[in-house]
Amino acid sequence: MDMWLGVLVMLVKMAVVLGVALGLAAYMILLERKLLGRFQVRYGPNRVGLFGLLQPLADGLKMLLKEDIIPDGVDRRIFLVAPAVVAGTALAAFAVVPFGEGLTFFGHTVPQVIVDSNVGLLMVLALSSLAVYGLALGAWTSDNKYSLLGGIRGAAQMISYELALGLSLVPVVMHARSLSLSDIVAAQSGLPFALMEPVAFATFIIASLAETKRIPFDLPEAENELQAGFHTEYSGMRFALFFVGEYVNMVLLGAVTAIFFLGGWHGPFFPPIVWLAVKVLAVPVFLIWTRASLPRLRYDQLMALGWKVLVPLALLNILVTGALLVLNA
Amino acid sequence: MADKKPSLVGEIVEGATGLIGSYAATLTHLFRKPVTEQYPEYKRPMPERTRGRIILTRSPDGKERCVACYLCSGACPVNCISMQSEEGPDGRRQAAWFRINFARCIYCGLCEEACPTLALQLTAEFAFCKDDIADFVYEKEQLLVDHGGRHPDYDFYAHAGVAAGGPKGSHIGEDDPVDVKSILP
Repeated sequence: MDMWLGVLVMLVKMAVVLGVALGLAAYMILLERKLLGRFQVRYGPNRVGLFGLLQPLADGLKMLLKEDIIPDGVDRRIFLVAPAVVAGTALAAFAVVPFGEGLTFFGHTVPQVIVDSNVGLLMVLALSSLAVYGLALGAWTSDNKYSLLGGIRGAAQMISYELALGLSLVPVVMHARSLSLSDIVAAQSGLPFALMEPVAFATFIIASLAETKRIPFDLPEAENELQAGFHTEYSGMRFALFFVGEYVNMVLLGAVTAIFFLGGWHGPFFPPIVWLAVKVLAVPVFLIWTRASLPRLRYDQLMALGWKVLVPLALLNILVTGALLVLNA
Repeated sequence: MADKKPSLVGEIVEGATGLIGSYAATLTHLFRKPVTEQYPEYKRPMPERTRGRIILTRSPDGKERCVACYLCSGACPVNCISMQSEEGPDGRRQAAWFRINFARCIYCGLCEEACPTLALQLTAEFAFCKDDIADFVYEKEQLLVDHGGRHPDYDFYAHAGVAAGGPKGSHIGEDDPVDVKSILP
């Protein structure tokens, strides 16, 4: 009996998290288009439904009805799977993201997270590494030199910045003394880590910008040099899956930034879920603002920033944090 | 070398001000009113000499201005105007049929310049889409309007042409007919 109840609760939680993540991702596209429009002194899409609120629906329908073109010469199986890897890994990472403290129903405490894994942080990093496969394989099997160039750039960029991403999270783990995301949030009930570790926070934001392949780090796509990079040959729903992956990644990035650095659902006056929503949305808004503001980096600048600035900075920050922790203890 | 290499701190400060500047610029744009005009709801007034859909106008007395002289058809660089002339019941020349193929028209306005009676005019209307390209062939009934267009008071026949409205000498500025016998030597 208890086991079946557990399975049911787990399924409901998965459905809710999937729905929230995908819904947010769909509306993230609308938010991006609207905000980007306002940044460029124009209205975004405002025709479909009230204020254009049904635009994601119309876009989805359009993508579904489009022809799914598979070019000659592609490695069919991998070509078909690659977009799902990108979207799937981004969605899977939500499994370890907590949305609040446990809720109590009829004497049962249900944690607001699918799996409160004690290696949650590693899981997030691991899944973001796996997303490289979708991109690189999709590009490789497209049988197109622009795609291949984009894929190589993407793989090199994501592997380089993963290092800085992981290293920037080490001070967080040192403070929280746990890899579980719930514990990391609990450790920030006083001061969020963004204020305690501003250098780690900055490194994390820059590295995750590069991980999501967004402007100013959108070299794998680079419309004006590589057509569209790794997804040149994709069309219809498979093309849309790459975008679902990208925008789910944006939401995920907002969620993990909120949890690792902004104190999760902790905050005064308002209920926890409101604080979490505000913090989760703040990061994508910043990313969109960045997209409106900055030009694309040159490739050597990108690599220099990753290896010569972010990695040494993150390493130094770990040393300083460790020293301070030892001195305070 | 005259140029001094900027120090690391100077470089960081320069880069940071550059970044802050670009973020600030986009932020100020966020709070400006968008310059977009919401087209179907708001149609901006077009300039007076906009070259859009072609019409055939009428003189103040309500009669057709077109005298079927074929000058517009001859001036048309893409040959989209065709017509057949005939003589009307009052002795004036008019078009038996008049046809403009708007699918071919390039809206250059040469027909309007060629028109001697100010009958053919280009309007500011530019949005008239059709599903079928054959629907773009406009016949005389579709081209004729009930007003004088840009020149509402002009009447060609008051100045020249067949004196259908009155006797000889009744045109504006026309001398009375000369009695040839009075100028014999």
